[in-house]
Amino acid sequence: MLIPCPYCGPRDLSEFTYQGDATRVRPDPGSTDQAAWNAYVYDRVNTAGDHSEFWQHSGGCRAHLRIVRSTLTHEVKSVAYARDSIHERSRA
Amino acid sequence: MTAHRTQRGGRIDRSRIIRFTFDGTAMSGHSGDTLASALMANGISVVGRSFKYHRPRGIFAAGIDEPNALVTVIRGKLREPNVPATQIEIYDGLTVESQNRFPSLSFDVGAINGLAGNLFAAGFYYKTFMGPVVGPLKGTRFWMFCEQFIRRAAGLGRAGYEADTDRYEKMFAFCDVLVVGSGPAGLAAAQRAAAEGKRVILAEQDGTLGGALRWRSATIDGQPAAEWLDTTEAELRAAGNVTILPRTTVWGYYDDNQFAALERVTDHKSAPAIGEPRHRQWTIRAKDVVLATGAFERPIVFPGNDRPGILLAGAAARYAAQFGTLPGRRVAIFTNNDSAYEAAVALRDAGAEIAAIVDLRAGISPAARDLARQAGGELLLGHAVTNAGGTKRLREIDVQPFAGGTITDRGKRSIVVDCLAVSGGWSPAIHLASQAGAAPVWDEALQAFLPPAPSQRWTGAGAFAGKFSTADALGGEFEVDEAEIDYAPAPVFEIRPAKKSGKSFVDFQHDVTASDIRLANREGFQSVEHLKRYTTLGMATDQGKTSNVPGLAIMAAARGIPISQAGTTRFRPPFSAVSIGSLAADTHGHFKPERLTPMHDWHMQHGARMYSAGLWYRPMIYGAGGETIEQAYVREAAAVRESVGIVDVSTLGKIAVQGPDAGAFLDRVYTNMFSTLPVMKARYGLMLREEGIAFDDGTTWRLGEHEFLMTTTTANAGKVMQHLEYYLDCVWPDLRVHVTSVTDEWAGGAVAGPNARKVLEVCVDGTALDNDALPFMGIVRGEIAGAPVLICRLSFSGELAYEVYCGAGHGTHVWDALMAAGKPFAITPYGLEALGTLRIEKGHVTGAEIDGRTSPRDLYLDWMLSKKKPYIGSAMVDREGLVAEDRVRLVGIVSLDDRPLNGGAHIVERLEDEPRDSIGHITAVCYSPALGKYIGLALVKGGKTRHGQRAHISDPLRNRFGPVEIVSHHFFDPEGSRMHG
Amino acid sequence: MAEYSFFSLLKNAFNGNEDWKPAWRKPEPKPSYDVIVIGGGGHGLSTAYYLAKEHGLTNVAVLEKGYLGSGNIGRNTTIVRSNYLLPDNIRFYEHSLKLWENLSHDLNYNVMFSQRGVLNLAHTPAQMDEHARRGNAMRHEGGDAVLLGREEVAKMVPGLDVSGSARFPVHGGLLQPRAGTARHDAVAWGYARGADRRGVDILENCEVTGFLREGERVVGVTTTRGEIRAKKVAVAVAGSTGRVMKLAGIENLPIESHVLQAFVSESLKPLIDQVVTFGGGHLYVSQSDKGGLVFGGDLDGYNTYAQRGNLPLVEEVMSELLAMFPMLARVRLLRSWGGVMDMSMDGSPIITTGPLPGMYLNCGWCYGGFKATPASGWCFAHTIARDAPHEFNAPFTLDRFHRGILIDEKGSGATPKWH
Repeated sequence: MLIPCPYCGPRDLSEFTYQGDATRVRPDPGSTDQAAWNAYVYDRVNTAGDHSEFWQHSGGCRAHLRIVRSTLTHEVKSVAYARDSIHERSRA
Repeated sequence: MTAHRTQRGGRIDRSRIIRFTFDGTAMSGHSGDTLASALMANGISVVGRSFKYHRPRGIFAAGIDEPNALVTVIRGKLREPNVPATQIEIYDGLTVESQNRFPSLSFDVGAINGLAGNLFAAGFYYKTFMGPVVGPLKGTRFWMFCEQFIRRAAGLGRAGYEADTDRYEKMFAFCDVLVVGSGPAGLAAAQRAAAEGKRVILAEQDGTLGGALRWRSATIDGQPAAEWLDTTEAELRAAGNVTILPRTTVWGYYDDNQFAALERVTDHKSAPAIGEPRHRQWTIRAKDVVLATGAFERPIVFPGNDRPGILLAGAAARYAAQFGTLPGRRVAIFTNNDSAYEAAVALRDAGAEIAAIVDLRAGISPAARDLARQAGGELLLGHAVTNAGGTKRLREIDVQPFAGGTITDRGKRSIVVDCLAVSGGWSPAIHLASQAGAAPVWDEALQAFLPPAPSQRWTGAGAFAGKFSTADALGGEFEVDEAEIDYAPAPVFEIRPAKKSGKSFVDFQHDVTASDIRLANREGFQSVEHLKRYTTLGMATDQGKTSNVPGLAIMAAARGIPISQAGTTRFRPPFSAVSIGSLAADTHGHFKPERLTPMHDWHMQHGARMYSAGLWYRPMIYGAGGETIEQAYVREAAAVRESVGIVDVSTLGKIAVQGPDAGAFLDRVYTNMFSTLPVMKARYGLMLREEGIAFDDGTTWRLGEHEFLMTTTTANAGKVMQHLEYYLDCVWPDLRVHVTSVTDEWAGGAVAGPNARKVLEVCVDGTALDNDALPFMGIVRGEIAGAPVLICRLSFSGELAYEVYCGAGHGTHVWDALMAAGKPFAITPYGLEALGTLRIEKGHVTGAEIDGRTSPRDLYLDWMLSKKKPYIGSAMVDREGLVAEDRVRLVGIVSLDDRPLNGGAHIVERLEDEPRDSIGHITAVCYSPALGKYIGLALVKGGKTRHGQRAHISDPLRNRFGPVEIVSHHFFDPEGSRMHG
Repeated sequence: MAEYSFFSLLKNAFNGNEDWKPAWRKPEPKPSYDVIVIGGGGHGLSTAYYLAKEHGLTNVAVLEKGYLGSGNIGRNTTIVRSNYLLPDNIRFYEHSLKLWENLSHDLNYNVMFSQRGVLNLAHTPAQMDEHARRGNAMRHEGGDAVLLGREEVAKMVPGLDVSGSARFPVHGGLLQPRAGTARHDAVAWGYARGADRRGVDILENCEVTGFLREGERVVGVTTTRGEIRAKKVAVAVAGSTGRVMKLAGIENLPIESHVLQAFVSESLKPLIDQVVTFGGGHLYVSQSDKGGLVFGGDLDGYNTYAQRGNLPLVEEVMSELLAMFPMLARVRLLRSWGGVMDMSMDGSPIITTGPLPGMYLNCGWCYGGFKATPASGWCFAHTIARDAPHEFNAPFTLDRFHRGILIDEKGSGATPKWH
């Protein structure tokens, strides 16, 4: 796989660490909704198709990226800094 | 030179004689020969034995598709088994052995298997060897008894146990266009891309470029093909933007146009030049790729089709035209398409006599007729070869009329030949395209699987794309003069005479016959994958390059369905076998990097025995004068309790946590509070995973309002760093915090013992060190021998202790100064064993207890769980499973029989029960010099409630059983008066 | 159908092997069954076999979307062992091992279970202690385990680098003598034949496209071969669990699908007699009866349903192999392939009733599915037939994750790629 890091440019898979499903939303730190916490920690949609996920450029700039990638073909559809996408989500 | 060498011609250098040995016999060939062509020139007809029936086999192909002629190449003590003779370029001193034969190639006792061929049909092993249901051979015993003989009989070549001392290397390359294959299609594609100014890599698996141009006759732009090849190659070499990689097989097509290629750098040389690796593994990232990988010719399946002397027609032509060697003197051709007629002419031109051309078709193209006339010999249209005779060399073939799929006995005759050149049509080498991720498409006219629509960025050219003529391969920009033959074969894959007259082989190497395929059909193993797995068709070292399509066609016929409905298997990497050494490349002999602390050399000079901890090396003990490990650590630990010791703690993970929200961030990361920590103070912290399970611990020092220095355990340094980065990037991007790994920036030594302060007082400048200036958990800055240091008073050993950090470059300098200052106090360097002993005496936990399954309560660290704020894991730590009564919890244990304890031993209540019910296990053990006893830490069900109880250790693996007392894990100075003092 | 034996082989050999019958029938689907098992892989087929054999339920169909055994049963490294640390796992896998020991007889099909031993190497004293803990746990549960020193390991495994100059020098190892390897495809075929002989319908090329519901209750499936109703619908589809369960409206499970690559070398004369695993990384290798070295390592490490691996992992696996056996550099890799693993959140499986009425779920096998094949089917059959788990699979519930009753063999937590 070739992942286009917005900071470093396109880089090989071997420079990255997979950091899991990016669709999960962590409950507010003070939340006491146990079901929401359980779901956040353990439950996965496990999409067959376009999957939103975090990757860290651990062998490069170390930024976490939010990537949409097909789990059927491995094609990378979009890449953004994780920080930016979280900011967007919190604004929305 | 020999009976089979032609008088002239070929792309070999007859002026250069190369000497080699085959099974101990000295032989010679010429520069430009492969082992196969040289053996053929030497009149060798049997080169190997087949896998199952041990049938004598000769050379069948001329390239990577060779199923039969596999040999072992020997260099000194090193053996490389299973190398196709067609892939070996001979060199002076080449030593090869034939394989899978006993006692010799010409007489092999394993051939007895052939007599029971019907017994050893597909599925044989699944149906027997189950053994008796009762008695001494029940269960798996009978099978395992038989298996040892089967294992010895199976297998092909023998590899050695000698470590491979050759070097392998890795290369990365990027290009605009990768061209795979240097036949006419590949050369033309490379030429075009080069002219457009693109960066081109041209990879060719053979030692020389040109593909079929090296042996097929055609005229290109007025030049003979061979001359055009030389001119074009020279042009490409002169161009600055083309990299030519000969002996390089592109074997893997990975995601996003990443290619794996193996370059055999020195396999064709007597001795490598200095610095040359044996193989080079290329990882090539190509914007575009042109797949010009050609096609493999297919055999026709008929009884006796594996006799030595029977080979593919294209290969026969190649031996004659490229290598100047003849596969036989008197040759018959057997074909279902026009291409073999070219081969007949090539053989004839090289000096062979063409006895007959046997063609399954009743009618052929005018071009083919012309070629037949040129070749001479009888033209038998509408005929089939129905049998072949001769054991170690083909003697004769039976020929019978063939029409509409049926064979008639009238007109049956024998033809005496020593060679039969067979063509059953051509299968494009679509392997890489299939690896790229799409299913191939069956073409009814060409009777072949053609490449699928591209799923990644590739284009196809030449025979790969079903364009077999030189003109089509070149792409229409050239004036080509060649025979206009028809490559579409008659759709016949197998000749089945009514009377069964011998085995008809489909997969030569694995001895899979047409009957095996029909048996598989009968037993329901009809899907192409079942066929492959049940019969082992296509699973041999050649991966079915010649056998896949005929096998599939025979299955389709047996099922009565068209081939297009029978499906095909997906090709997977590698395209052809790849040395494991090349894939490991630079890590072969250098598996992982070594991490050494700044004081490593000092430790080595002072008798340290090192312990590998992850990638790190740390002193385990400093052995003095023949001490045992136990004597050494007891001495070291006792020195710490009695006076002072020093230990290298540079391996601890160190992370700079900086920014206005650093305190708030640490409050979320640790279970306890850090935002309230005063500047120049340190605090012990515990981290959990989201599930509420203990993750890591360590002290974090507040160096400024917005600046913390976090320490982690050695083992988890990387994981904790990633953990922090994840939360800052993906969960709390609003926090203004930056984290930086500074593990390698600092050297650290812990000075511990009642005299620790006195040692520091001797050597530290610029700061006071008394209780007021540097209280417990306080931090000061100062200097030691001119080097700036950061000193924190904290204790892992339970003694008065200080961690002294300095820049990594000053590590040994500061360490030396501390040693000098400690001399009056007999300062003792101590290693991990003593460190472990001291911490066990104090009941501190490490990775053995924080093992990824224990909760903070299990470790009696609940006092660290803040109620005032949420933290990672706080929402999950109270779930029913994590507070259950039967969880194992931390205790201390004391050996009651004064014998050492073992880590990993279990704890039981009673030794008499069988099976014994384990209530926990020992995590860490030592002899405690402070207590004068063997003690340990353990995780035991019930934890504290068992304090004061007796139990037993049960360690059947090391046969150690004995009584222990369960006690508090705080063995020594539980009030902490020593470290506070 | 005829018994397989040496005599039947001889008899048929004389008849030119013309009289062999299909190993299993290829029936048309019936409109309804007592039980439908979705998934014609190892676990689905063994479930059907034990439903028939142990519980007398023969009106059973196994639905397979492709060809029988097309999933992980034919894509693994064939290792069978029960050398686990946690008692729940030991009990389950030890039961499995016992079924393996008699499987060829039971099925009248030689699955070539070869108890050649599995040796886990240790490279530090601490790792020896960890192995001792695990081996002792096995012994306390009635299993077999032996701790070997460096010299014993060296003697047992020629070619293994036991020198002090190795990057991770070998200290010793944990041997489970009863562990070993089996012929993976034969397991699928043997169970298929065994189930078929007891009346189970095996329906290949029958892909489930939806579930039939009456209210909450699952009452059957729609397939590419039509609608099939059943009193009970069991799901055993490994890497496809997410996809199939979504058809039933279950959007979330404690499962991620990951690809695991496996590798085989060219065929060689016997070189390595045991299954050997590396403790300085993650690698397992053995040599098949045909002579190929079969080996594998870590997951590629990201969610995927594609049965294709990537190159960096290939290189890492080869590095580890050579760190153990430096003589293998000249041996050649012949084939690699990928299987899609249903990685659970604690590394242990799920065999349970539910999550919907009328439904039963078997998944989360991570790397461990092959060796579990007999016990998985045996326990799942029990769970389906009795509507309650057997004590061997009682711990492997679906709700254990939320409740915090985890069976985390590696201690890696809810990060599937680390299990």
